Parts: sequence; C-alpha cells; structure tokens
Amino acid sequence: MEQEDFVVQMKGISKVYPNGIAANQHVDFFVRKGEIHALMGENGAGKSTLMKILFGLEEPTDGEIIVNGEQVHLTSPSVAISKGIGMVHQHFMLVPSLTVAENIVLGMAPKKSGIIVDYKKAVEITEENAKRFNLLVDPNAKVMDIPVGMKQKVEILKALVRGARILILDEPTAVLTTQETGELFKELVSLKEQGFTIVFISHKLNEIKQITDRLTIMRNGKSMGVYETAGISEAEISRLMVGRDVVLSVQKEKSKPEGSVLKVRDLEYTNKWNKKVLDGVSFSVRRGEILGIAGVEGNGQRELVEMLFSLNVPDAGTATVNGENILQTEQRAIREKGVSLVPEDRMVYGIAGPATIEENVISDRYSKKQFNKGALFNVKGIHSESDHLIADYRILCKSRKQQVKMLSGGNIQKVVVARELSSKPKLIIADQPTRGIDVGATEFIRAKIVELSRAGAAVLLVSADLNEVIELSDSLIVMYGGKIVAYFDDTSQLDDMVMGEYMLGLKHQTDEEIRRVCYE
Amino acid sequence: MFEQFLSTILKAEFLFSVIRITAPILFAALGAVVAEKAGVVNIGLEGIMMISALFGVLFSYWTQSWLIGVLGALVIGVLLSLMMGFFAFKLKTDIILAGIAVNMLGAGGTIFLLYMFTGMRGNTGALVTPNTLIPVVNIPLIKDIPILGEVLSGHSVLTYVAFLFVWLLWAVLYKTSIGLDIRAVGENPDAAGSVGISVERIKYIAIAISGALAGLGGAFMSMYYSQGWNSGMVAGRGFIALAAQAMGRGEPLGTMLSSLLFGLAQALRTKVSGLQGVSSYLVSVIPYVVTVIGLVIYAASTMQKVKKHHTKAQKGA
Repeated sequence: MEQEDFVVQMKGISKVYPNGIAANQHVDFFVRKGEIHALMGENGAGKSTLMKILFGLEEPTDGEIIVNGEQVHLTSPSVAISKGIGMVHQHFMLVPSLTVAENIVLGMAPKKSGIIVDYKKAVEITEENAKRFNLLVDPNAKVMDIPVGMKQKVEILKALVRGARILILDEPTAVLTTQETGELFKELVSLKEQGFTIVFISHKLNEIKQITDRLTIMRNGKSMGVYETAGISEAEISRLMVGRDVVLSVQKEKSKPEGSVLKVRDLEYTNKWNKKVLDGVSFSVRRGEILGIAGVEGNGQRELVEMLFSLNVPDAGTATVNGENILQTEQRAIREKGVSLVPEDRMVYGIAGPATIEENVISDRYSKKQFNKGALFNVKGIHSESDHLIADYRILCKSRKQQVKMLSGGNIQKVVVARELSSKPKLIIADQPTRGIDVGATEFIRAKIVELSRAGAAVLLVSADLNEVIELSDSLIVMYGGKIVAYFDDTSQLDDMVMGEYMLGLKHQTDEEIRRVCYE
Repeated sequence: MFEQFLSTILKAEFLFSVIRITAPILFAALGAVVAEKAGVVNIGLEGIMMISALFGVLFSYWTQSWLIGVLGALVIGVLLSLMMGFFAFKLKTDIILAGIAVNMLGAGGTIFLLYMFTGMRGNTGALVTPNTLIPVVNIPLIKDIPILGEVLSGHSVLTYVAFLFVWLLWAVLYKTSIGLDIRAVGENPDAAGSVGISVERIKYIAIAISGALAGLGGAFMSMYYSQGWNSGMVAGRGFIALAAQAMGRGEPLGTMLSSLLFGLAQALRTKVSGLQGVSSYLVSVIPYVVTVIGLVIYAASTMQKVKKHHTKAQKGA
C-alpha cells in the first residue's frame, strides 16, 4: 500500500526525438505527496524533457504516467493543469505590458455581463491568493516594471490560482540573487507545509541539500536512482551526476610547453541579471600545450570565450596574445594575431548554412592575395584551396559547391575545424569541439587538435564532456561560479570523483595552487 | 495665390471634407490596429478594400439595398482575411506574402470579376442609383449650430460608424476578455498558450475583425465617396492605413489622430490642385510625402524613447 502516497508516478518513460536523439530512456520518476523533490543532472541529462512530458508539452514515445492514482494522457498543458500540475518555466511565461493581476487571470479572466473583464475581481483574486500563499506581489504593477524575484512569484501564483497541487520549478534560482533565492526557499517550504508537492529542477548541490526531501539524479537520459537527500553525501551526488561512463583514451606525446601565448588577467563580468559570471579569472596558455577548462555549464565558460573573441565586453581585466591586447577588438584583427575559434554554437557562429562549403572555408581568408585577381576572385586558387581542405579534413560531401547546412553534424563541424585549424593559428580556442557529433568525426577532430598543439600551437579547450577534457588536455583548470577553483598541471592521474567535487563547488584549491596557471 | 489658398481651407467645407476623407483610412487603420495587437501584420488591407468595394456595389445593385451592400462588403472582407489567416496560420506561409497575394487579387481580380458579373469594364457608374448609396445623416440640433454643424453634420452613416469604432475597438481591446487574450497573444504567444488560450483561434478572430473593418472601408469608398466602383479607387489607402497604425503607436486613439493627419493631407491635395498655377502632378504627392514624413518623425521619436529607456536601465543597474 506504499504506492498510495505517490502523487506522480512516471514509469518507463522514453522520449526519442525525430532526429534520433534519445532524451529519456526508460526513466522512472516517483514523487511523494507533500515533498520537495529535486530532479538533478547536468545540462542535456534529460531533466527538462522529463518535466515537459509531465506538463504535457511533449508526448513520451513510451511509458505511462499516473497522477493521484489515475492513469493520464497529458496531451497539452491544459490537460496537465486540469490534473493539478503547474509549471514555472525558466523563461517566464508572462506578458510584460499587462499588469500582475491580468497575467494571473489570463485565459480565465473573471467577467461581468458576459464579456467585460472584471478587473477589480482580478485584483481581488490576486490579493487573496497572494495573502493565502504568502507570495506578496503588487497586483496593479505592470509585469515589465517588476523585479525578477516578483515575476517568479507571479508565475507560482499563476499555477496555484489554476488549482495546481503539484508544482514543477525549472531551475528557479538561475536568475535570482542570493536574497531572492533565500526568500523563494522560505515560500516553497511554507507551500510544502500547506500540503503542496514541489518538483525542483537544479544542478546546484547546496540548494538541493538545503530544501529538498528526496532527489532523483539523471545522466545521459537515464535515471541514476532516487535517494533521500539526508542520506546521500554531496560527493556521491556529484559522482552520480558527472561520472564517466566509458573511459576514452587519446594517443598523444607528452607536451613540451614553452612561453605563454594567451595571458588572461583578472577578467570580471557581471551579466544583465546582476550576476557575477566572471570573477577575477586569470590564467595563461603556453605554446605546445592544451589547457582544458572543465566545469558544469553555466559557470562562466561561455562568457570567457565570448570575451576572448570580442563577442562581449568585460567589466575589467586584460587578455593578450603574444603581448597584444585582444579585448574589444575587431574579430578580423584578432584573427590576424593568429587566433582561431571553434565556437560552441556551430550553426550560428561557425558556419553560414545556405552558403557552400567552399565559401565557408575561405570566409576568413578571401581577402588574401592568393585568392584575388584584381577586383575579381582567383577562382582557380579558391577551388584548389577548398578541394585541398575537403581532402585533408575528410569532409564527406558531393562537391565543394554543396550547401553546408545539407551536411551531417559531424561534417559541418569538420568544415568549421578545417577553416579554423588550417589558418596556421598560434592560439586555438576550441569550445565544445565535438558536442553532438559522431564518433568518427570526434576522433578525427581530437587528433587534429593534438597534432596542431604538438606542432607548437597553444590550445584552450572548453568542454562539458569530462572524458574529453581530461583525455585531451595536458593541464586543466576547473571553473565554478565564475571563478577558477582548481588547477591540475598533469591530467594523466586525474580521477573523475575528485573532478566532480571541484566542478560542483564542494572543494576549492588554495589561491597559491590556482595561481600556478599563470606561470609567472 | 496664398490668400486664395487660405480662404479655401479656412472654410467649414474644408474641415467637412477632411472628416469625409479620413473615414475610409480610419476603418482600415483600425483594422491594422486589431491585427497588430494579435501579432499579425495585415498587409492585405488594400486588396481587401478593393474587393469589398466592388462587392458592396454589386450586392447593393442586386438587392437595391445599401445596407445589404455594406454588410456584403463586410462579409467579403472577413472571408478574405480568414483566407489570409488560413494560408498563414494553417499552411504556414509568410503572412506578408499572403497579404501581397490578396493585394494583387484586389488590383487584377476585381476587373475580371466586374466583367464576369456585369460585362462592364473598369467602373460601375451605370449601376449606381440613389438606393444603392449610403445615406447621409443630418444630426438634429448640431446641424443648426453655425460652422460646427456644417463640419459635423451631414456625413454618411458609415462616417459616424468609423469614429464610433475608435471607441468601440478601444473598449474591446482593453475592457473585454477577448481583448485581453488578443493583447496577450500578440505580445507573448507562449505565455498565452501556456494558460490554455488557443493562439491560433485568437489570431483568426483578430484578422477577421481586421478584414471586417477594411471591408467597411471599401464599402465607404465605392458606395459613398466615389459613388461607384473604379479600378484606381482605393489608391494606396490600405497602405496609408498601415502607416497610420504605426504612427498611432498601435492604439485606437493615436491611430485616429494620425488618420486625421493623412485625411488632412489628402484634403489639402484636392484643394491645392484646384488653384491656378499649381502643378497638379506635384500636388498629388502631398498625401504620400506626409506619410513618409510622419513615419520618419515616428521612427525618430521611438528611437529616442528606446535610448532613454536604455540609459535608465543602465543607471538602474
């Protein structure tokens, strides 16, 4: 009879997208009535997909869902709402120019004489519920004028007013300040005391420890089990979240690093949500070595790369390549200093999809003399350059005139790599260079990166793939909360247990240990 | 010459004509407002006006009733806009292209339809009888007030309806639940969808209202303004309406004011071209030049506003 206190039972849930990606594989997820249950996992582990299924935004390929003992088919959010499930999305679902009260009653506005909105009643409903659930909001303020913390309360109220007894919160603290987070936790605990059930998606260990009763951990689309929060150590959680499934090994000679190429010093950046994303980041990358940056996504890696390629402007700090400044410079000038970038988002920053392979591979060098004849292109020169790159980088395609967007993911990435690595770079910034591509292309790209570094290039490798970053790097730093929290000068003996503890902020090296990465 | 010009425009008759000329622009501009509020760009207003104008005349000729003519024009406007909606929301074509198609249908198709139904070419002059024209209303009391009476009284029924609709549309958008849904869908369709509002249904409703308003504008043109349909009749009013909507910041009242500005420009053109020694070709560009200048001023003021907002936001942070 133990089953009876489960309000949500998701059994054997699988979700396979049309492009073949299996986001969930036979996941079991059980939530008890009146608990705060954490759903944990790294980005891409499948937690959002699972919750979208529970809220009726996605339909599962397989599996069954039982809510309050009744088997349900959640075909749309309206159905989920009618079953008492509410969701607070990470990106708020609010209409900025409407008032708080209007947003709360949207779609179910109280009316007088048939069609006229009874705005007074809407304000009353808002005030009544705000008081009842202790979520204080200003009913008459426009949503665009209120702070983020209040927007979130509006979202929670919206769900509660619609009769939600089970609340799903998707990374609710990601946009909140510390104070706002504290306030939210108090409110959630008080909701729990009133008998509401809360599912809390997060990958922040300290928050989970603070307020949840139980937790489910996901990795690579699979559930890694359910645990009592009090009965599992943070180290164990981190091992389950980021642990390696298979150990890959990359063949490479020992590096012989010499002289710093890239020097980053005291980089600071606060984003538009007033969150310090880069906090005094300093490191150097030397000739002939691969320096890896490990870390759970969202700890400043993306912003760091943006700064180094002038896609964003830091608040303070310096970055130089062979002594010359690269911050706030034109990308062309950065490239002329010998910097190459394999960007994280290849479809947006890496390629021009509708353009041909040929146009894409010469897009950083078409102004060079060898590709021009007076005012016109030297078509022969361009053809031979692109044919040569297609052969060298084993790009599988019909011809050099094929549109890049028609290629497979792995071959698209090879086009990016072919351009970025063939420009004789002195510094290569490789951001998630093998994410989501096939094994063959992955191996090829890794081998190329090693080859260039052994030939004397400095490589900065950012990867959320722990396997990759440990195996490929010669030395490694870990970022957490916008800071470098660890430096390892030798990756060959690294243990992923230890890494996980640094990545999730459980451990922190001393400043002296970290400062060694500046090589001064 | 200047004195002559002043004496023309300082007459009640001139203000009367401003109101008369504004009405069809106002109908279409209100149509643009409601569509835009739901996040739909109805660029087909011009075509809808053309086709509705033709059917207004035809229906009223067949039934010898101006009211059925007007209602027929309205229904045709709704059908055309629903067709645009079907292409855009259901078949996922670009709504701009659907609008352009309707406009081309309005330009070419009407001539064909007219010939098919009546055997006439280019205009319907011969079909018009007093029964088929929208009647004029003299407002008691007001009509006896000097000047004001001359300006405000004696317009067609539809002219008053146009100005009444400014208020009515405002009330629908800001006081009713359908209006709340329309504004929510236009601003954040995901948010609207997440609380169970059918985004597609709301967009259909908005574009249908938009088509109905453009249809009334068309009927006004052929059944009152030019007393018969001819192929060059709408003359860009559907596009001027879009400009009026933009300049009025998408709000009913603002849109009425900018429509009046365009109405004034059109009325000026008529008066100035009647003067001696003025090139009528040059004068005929006045309404369009005013449209362009109006849009430039609008864009500049919007940019100023955005800039201010930014500096405020930065200071706040």
